[in-house]
Amino acid sequence: MTKVRIPPTLREQANGEREIVAEGDTVRDLLEDLMGRFPALRAQIVEDGDLAPFVNVYVEGEDVRTLSGIDTEVRPDSTVILLPAMAGGSSG
Amino acid sequence: MPTYRELLQQVRAEIDEIDSTQARQLIESGEPLVVDVREQSEWDEGHIPGAVHVPRGHLESRIDRAAPDPTRPIVVYCSAGNRSVFAAKTLGELGYEDVASLAGGFTDWKRNGFPVDLQSGLDAQRRTRYSRHLLIPEVGEQGQLKLLDSKVLLIGAGGLGSPAALYLAAAGVGRLGIVDADVVDESNLQRQIVHSTERLGEAKVDSAKRTIEALNPDVEVVAYKERLTSENVERILADGWDVIVDGADNFPTRYLVNDAAVWHDIPVVHGSIYRFEGQVTVFKPQVGPCYRCLFPTPPPPELAPSCAEGGVLGVLPGVIGSLQANEALKLALGIGEPLVGRLLLFDALSTEFNEMKLRRDPDCPVCGEHPTITDYIDYVEFCAGTREHA
Repeated sequence: MTKVRIPPTLREQANGEREIVAEGDTVRDLLEDLMGRFPALRAQIVEDGDLAPFVNVYVEGEDVRTLSGIDTEVRPDSTVILLPAMAGGSSG
Repeated sequence: MPTYRELLQQVRAEIDEIDSTQARQLIESGEPLVVDVREQSEWDEGHIPGAVHVPRGHLESRIDRAAPDPTRPIVVYCSAGNRSVFAAKTLGELGYEDVASLAGGFTDWKRNGFPVDLQSGLDAQRRTRYSRHLLIPEVGEQGQLKLLDSKVLLIGAGGLGSPAALYLAAAGVGRLGIVDADVVDESNLQRQIVHSTERLGEAKVDSAKRTIEALNPDVEVVAYKERLTSENVERILADGWDVIVDGADNFPTRYLVNDAAVWHDIPVVHGSIYRFEGQVTVFKPQVGPCYRCLFPTPPPPELAPSCAEGGVLGVLPGVIGSLQANEALKLALGIGEPLVGRLLLFDALSTEFNEMKLRRDPDCPVCGEHPTITDYIDYVEFCAGTREHA
């Protein structure tokens, strides 16, 4: 069981949760568990079976794209953070 | 009780002295730290190039900031070579191992025709205004002069731009460009602290300019009352900017700022906010990743709510915009470790900071090894979900 941090832009699709405990040994398993429980998350996270280009996943502060991608292994005590792009600021 | 003359003679015998010619050779080697212990007015009229100024009255309390390494040799001087004798003795007592007093002082140095730095530096008024900067060794007078000579472009005079502009202006950044096409709306005032109730309906750039000029008349504000586009970006960047602070509220502007900054080699201090969370990083072209390395494409519009749709805690842009100002000041001063290749996440609800590592993408279409985007594109179309460009 690994805690996955849900960013504010995805919380509405995840029942408002800030952190969700998910099951799995890899990022793919964790995400599948999450998306199984919160189907609306799928379009926000994956595209053509891989991570969508507008979302980053960090395990222990490292971008999984620099590790083994969506197949990066996680441990129960890993810190997993989902990070989609946010535009918010002020009009320019 | 000894007379002044007797005391001077006695102390002179206890310290090392060198003449101007020896001092010049030593100073040109770059090895010693040169310390001027005269008064402010004497220093202002000229000093040895590269010297640091620590008036004798403050020597004991301030020398450790100017000279943190007690093993580095010190050449200390005053006007005629008498005050520096006592200063040299004090430095020895404070643990500095290799201290020499310049015999004949600055007067003899000048008489030999050796180089003199006549740079006027800060006048008395600025010395007072920026006194808390002058006390920091990493900033000091040279750093403050650098700030007064630096040029920072702010994209947006809203939530993030407000605190960033205020702190950069207060710090004495000499030229602040502000790009914003909006007018001040009542719903802005919950967080956009550069504006005020009496400015409702006024162009944000004009409102920001008035606030900044009232805060610090040293700052020249260049107001661009327009939205940044592919059509005007080259004209705006032609005004010459050292750092860009990006506080835009939309993806097309984010990608446009990124591409322009990569092509012009200008570091971008990126900040973004939503509800209780913010992100800050520095995109420094060719040194660290760019925005496209981090997010090759924007999310589809329906999946990326803005603050106008989702809301934002009023103080959050205060935290994130201030962090952006901090990064911009460090870049302008060339000090510290800017957030290059690091993304800082702030969660205002849990009061937590998290740091992620960012890496350059060798296949990045803009800053990668074989760029495929080399000119401005239609950023609105790009962000509307047509991904062919990426």
